[in-house]
Amino acid sequence: MAIEVRVPTILRSYTGGAKIVEGAGDTLAELIDDLDAKFNGLKGRLITPEGGLHRFVNIYVNDEDVRFLGALDAKVKDGDSITVLPAVAGGALGFAAAAALLGGL
Amino acid sequence: MARYESLLDACGGTPLVGLPRLSPVVPEGAPPVRLWAKLEDRNPTGSIKDRAALFMVREAEESGHLRPGDTILEPTSGNTGIALAMVAKLRGYRLVCVMPENVSTERTQMLRMYGAEIIFSPAAGGSNQAVATAKQIAAEHPDWKMLFQYGNTANARAHYETTGPELLHDLPTITHFVAGLGTTGTLMGTGRFLREKVDGIQIVAAEPRYGELVYGLRNIDEGYVPELYDASVLTRRFSVGTRDAVLRTRQLVEVEGLFAGFSSGAILHAALAVAHEAVKAGKRADVAFVICDGGWKYLSTGAYGGTLNDAEEALEGQLWA
Repeated sequence: MAIEVRVPTILRSYTGGAKIVEGAGDTLAELIDDLDAKFNGLKGRLITPEGGLHRFVNIYVNDEDVRFLGALDAKVKDGDSITVLPAVAGGALGFAAAAALLGGL
Repeated sequence: MARYESLLDACGGTPLVGLPRLSPVVPEGAPPVRLWAKLEDRNPTGSIKDRAALFMVREAEESGHLRPGDTILEPTSGNTGIALAMVAKLRGYRLVCVMPENVSTERTQMLRMYGAEIIFSPAAGGSNQAVATAKQIAAEHPDWKMLFQYGNTANARAHYETTGPELLHDLPTITHFVAGLGTTGTLMGTGRFLREKVDGIQIVAAEPRYGELVYGLRNIDEGYVPELYDASVLTRRFSVGTRDAVLRTRQLVEVEGLFAGFSSGAILHAALAVAHEAVKAGKRADVAFVICDGGWKYLSTGAYGGTLNDAEEALEGQLWA
């Protein structure tokens, strides 16, 4: 058994087009290192140079946001399902980005 | 109170109803774990957004940002637009809504009925095209006023001053508050109020996880987090997929007779998760969650009937919350 990771469309160029990949580790950080060894460059899209989760990336362990579970220190285990998604405003998506720009005008 | 001077005065004060059939069964002798639904579909235009719309317009009037006869421009995927259209009509403003074209037809019909004008942003073009559309409109109409619900503190304040106090009044034993995460106004406002008043309260967010078509090729560097969002108000945050949201929406009506939209189903899914954890831990819990709107506007999706697979397919590519 391994940890299943769902990859958003935009990051599938790193996984050879795979939608679901498998990895291992005891924490999210270890899991991401493990994935980066197989899919070079993936880590750089999820984690900032300062070592934190990218502001516009949301990662969920079994549907729960890792930022409330210890972020990169969040515990993961075999059988867990991890989902990576771009951060968007619920209900409005790209639209909110438009609103943000408009609001700043 | 059951008599009001006008429809605007009838905003809020919604019922909180127990859901004894959906609440988890606890072992004999264990403390009760109860689910409570705040029926926000009972607001004047049928959604929780009436609260924010009213507060945002009132504040803009008081600050002088809005003057009689002004045009309000608001990017919205539906309920906020409908709420604003009603408030704008009664307060004497023109409303132009910019929205993605993949929202349900009932929503656009309602907006037009309330007198709003709609400019569609292509769904397929993704965020870049939406940005371009909005920028263009703003450039062409510099006199149009934006209320900008994602960054407008009056949006969160509406819930700090009304939703939160109503919940505490009706359910002083509240242990969890669960709501949807969109503009984040409901959770930020209600959450802050309840954190100040109730020791150990858990503020739980449920955000919709749409089908892949919706996220498309969205670039991670162009993400967006609403200005109102403050993660420290939340205890936990769940992502709820289309299938779970539909399943729970159907359970609401089948088990408790409560006909709601899919975002409410997503919220119930998170509410049940924390309720079952409480049962496991042998702890008492009064979990209050939000029914955002009724199901009427989503009937045309066809997702209330057929198998869950059919429903998931019907909602693929749609903004169901």
